[in-house]
Amino acid sequence: MLKRKDLLGIQDLSREEILQILDTAESFQEVSTRPIKKVPTLRGKTVINLFFEASTRTRTSFEIAGKRLSADVVNISSSTSSVSKGETLIDTAKTLDAMAADCVVIRHSASGAPHTLARLTKASIINGGDGAHEHPTQALLDAYTIRHRKGRLNDLKVAIIGDVSHSRVARSNTHLLTKFGSHVWLCAAPTLMPVGIDKIVCENAEFVHFSHSLDEVVHDADVVMMLRVQFERMNESFFPSVREYFRYYGLTAARAEQAKPDVIIMHPGPMNRGVEIATEVADGPYSVILDQVSAGVAVRMAVLYLLLGG
Amino acid sequence: MDLLVKNGRVVDPMRKIDRIADVLIREGIIRSIGDGYSSDVPVFDATGLIVAPGFFDIHVHLREPGTEEAETIATGGSAAVAGGFTAVAAMPNTNPPNDNPSITHYIVSEARRSSPARVFPIGAITKGQKGETLAEIGEMFEAGIAGISDDGKPVMNAQLFRRALEYARMFDMPVIQHCEDVNLSKGGVMHEGIYSTRLGLKGIPAASEETIVSRDLTLAQMTLGKYHVAHLSTRGAVEMVREAKARGLRVSAEVTPHHFSLTDAAVADYDTNAKMNPPLRSADDVAALIEGIKDGTIDAIASDHAPHHINLKMLEFDRAPFGITGLETAVGLALTKLQLPIVRLIELFSINPQRIMKVNSWGLFEGSTADLTILDLNRNWTFDVHQSRSRSRNSPFHGWHFKGKATATIVGGKVAYEDRA
Repeated sequence: MLKRKDLLGIQDLSREEILQILDTAESFQEVSTRPIKKVPTLRGKTVINLFFEASTRTRTSFEIAGKRLSADVVNISSSTSSVSKGETLIDTAKTLDAMAADCVVIRHSASGAPHTLARLTKASIINGGDGAHEHPTQALLDAYTIRHRKGRLNDLKVAIIGDVSHSRVARSNTHLLTKFGSHVWLCAAPTLMPVGIDKIVCENAEFVHFSHSLDEVVHDADVVMMLRVQFERMNESFFPSVREYFRYYGLTAARAEQAKPDVIIMHPGPMNRGVEIATEVADGPYSVILDQVSAGVAVRMAVLYLLLGG
Repeated sequence: MDLLVKNGRVVDPMRKIDRIADVLIREGIIRSIGDGYSSDVPVFDATGLIVAPGFFDIHVHLREPGTEEAETIATGGSAAVAGGFTAVAAMPNTNPPNDNPSITHYIVSEARRSSPARVFPIGAITKGQKGETLAEIGEMFEAGIAGISDDGKPVMNAQLFRRALEYARMFDMPVIQHCEDVNLSKGGVMHEGIYSTRLGLKGIPAASEETIVSRDLTLAQMTLGKYHVAHLSTRGAVEMVREAKARGLRVSAEVTPHHFSLTDAAVADYDTNAKMNPPLRSADDVAALIEGIKDGTIDAIASDHAPHHINLKMLEFDRAPFGITGLETAVGLALTKLQLPIVRLIELFSINPQRIMKVNSWGLFEGSTADLTILDLNRNWTFDVHQSRSRSRNSPFHGWHFKGKATATIVGGKVAYEDRA
């Protein structure tokens, strides 16, 4: 069991806690291969998915994870919630607490919203992605996938390419991988590279590198992780056009060749084919994008179990 | 009101006074400063205390008219005297804004009726603070404003700001700028730096302040206008103001206590009471502000008291409004954090604020309005936000310990606030 009420980010998790989650996920992976994909572990527990931002895969993944553990899962999305009626996040949280929810998975466009919630609820809070801050379960499922394929989390060259500035996935992965002694190479146009990115990890800063050159970061990489580009960034002049973006930061098959022969190519989804990643790469032999999705269920089962079980 | 302030250390750097003396006040006016008065008037024993010219907070939001659930002229004035201020300058971003003489009249008359502190309204530079056309600056001046500002909304149009600097010269009033390039700061909620990157919050770069300070200093030189930088917060801005003063420009600057007491690290837990504009800056900026205070580049300490109803601060960090209350903690923070000679402190809180704003000055001289701030430099105290006289509670300093306090505030010879240990 984790000795904490909430899972708000990777930054404050220890290596031991991360390994405990990944090991537990290994044992839950098997459940999803059974004909009857259900165990009674969390029977009688209530998990609420509180999604203030559109999401299909994360929400569905948490829902399936909860249901495979026999928890009662309730989904609330912003279109159906009282947020549209002007209720504050805090009142929503207190209401859910009063209904004796055991866990609230929250996704919110405002960084820190889960932290605000966690201070006010008895229920465990799981950060399902907050603004440009953290997306801890994504980093955990990425780590699960990497460990599964590479057999380790240390001494890897991991390239994270794309809109680093607005990416919670990049931040959570940077925290996680540097904790284990892998080198993280962040790659973006200068407009999409936030100030002080090399100093966001409190320890192990020597494992964070950054570059504006995709070729430099992909060269000899063990893992290449592509980030989704949001088209509305174009209007804010972060880059001039989709075409020019793909020219410099799109992962083509030829560029992927520069990586190690056993490279794995990852994407947190949803992908923009032809913008940050070419279709032949996304569907190619190095791609582990669907492995990530299935790991997501196992990792979220582990997180729910370790916070709520027992 | 008659009062004898007895046996205090009377300090007025402007009048070169620093000695133990009695101050005799009759009908709200200082009649004499001397020794051994025995008179028939009530006595205020100031033994062991400092008697200073009344402190003047030149940057305060009183929220009236329009947002009385957060603060009123009465409650803000009450918080002012509790913080040691005999006077405040009220920023014009009320609702409606103070952009015409009828609003100015309202503030002046409501303050006379309900506020224990004197209130000097600041008029808007532009109509509706929209940054499009000049407000009726002359008529507001006649109604009692002490300066002009579109505070909270910088005047982005350089030609219009030039006109404001030129026009205000007619009245010898300062033009006060909230320095922020709104294109650079758009969407930002905290200082752009390591913490904003780590927290995933949109940053407000130091350059958003510095580009406007730079532009405005060029315009101040061109127009010979009287230019005042509100709540200056970055090293670059300190350096530009220092250099402009060396060139002899009519420029002045204020800093807030929170900008020299806290850094952007205070945002770490998404505390909305660490959200203000300009944002809390880096440790290097804080060091530069303190240097600027000590070497005289910075003229004044002003609180930027910005009350907000608790409902608005109990929101996601992105959605919560900017600003914190500050009237009751400003003097305590300055005394505790800065270790300044008392003369310098009085310059920052009283002498320079009076010089910057268009007001009739007061001080420790015969014939002056009897507005006095009494300081106990040895008082240890703790700020309890729940005891605040402000109508709002948005302070990051709850539970902070201070050494040194304004323990009494005398306005027009009347003891408006007293905190005897």
